[in-house]
Amino acid sequence: MEILHYGIGRWVHIMAGVMWVGLLYYFNFVQAAAMKDAQADGTAAGIAKHVAPRALLFFRWAAVVTWLAGMALLGAKAGDAFLFRDRAYIPIGVGAWLGTIMFFNVWAIIWPNQKKILGLVPASEDEKARARRVAFLASRLNVVLSMPMLFFMTASGGIFRRAVFGG
Amino acid sequence: MKNPLDSLWGTVLCGLALTAVLYYLVRTLVGG
Repeated sequence: MEILHYGIGRWVHIMAGVMWVGLLYYFNFVQAAAMKDAQADGTAAGIAKHVAPRALLFFRWAAVVTWLAGMALLGAKAGDAFLFRDRAYIPIGVGAWLGTIMFFNVWAIIWPNQKKILGLVPASEDEKARARRVAFLASRLNVVLSMPMLFFMTASGGIFRRAVFGG
Repeated sequence: MKNPLDSLWGTVLCGLALTAVLYYLVRTLVGG
């Protein structure tokens, strides 16, 4: 069972996390600027129709797989991590909280607003403009949160934790 | 005041600053 839990579980968690955060960085570092240029020369429709919906599909479901695999990895220690009950679990607890806030942002803020922007749900032009701003800021906030999240995720295990945080 | 999240550099700097703050906080709590 340990190979399933720690070997396969960690592998799935990291693969899905790479897809999630990779697409988050794609949206923020590539697509946002490309969209602005494409709108200026009238070629934005292709990105909005063919690229953004596919990227969002993998983005939001990769977030689900990452979060579920992370919770499975924490297992019975999830309470110690999220409630900071055990000092050794504080670093991974902070990483888990940051990842959970990011996960909430994806499903509760970014995706509902993207549905309005992409025309998957009815919205007036004013509502679309507001949705664009809200989704943009939530996505940028996730980039901010991803930086400490990745730091705490990578620095929380065994010898790394003692080297980085002491104790 | 301009929102730092409107620029990529502002976003990255906010991420670095938050990482540093949380690192020192956690290091203190863990007792290093």
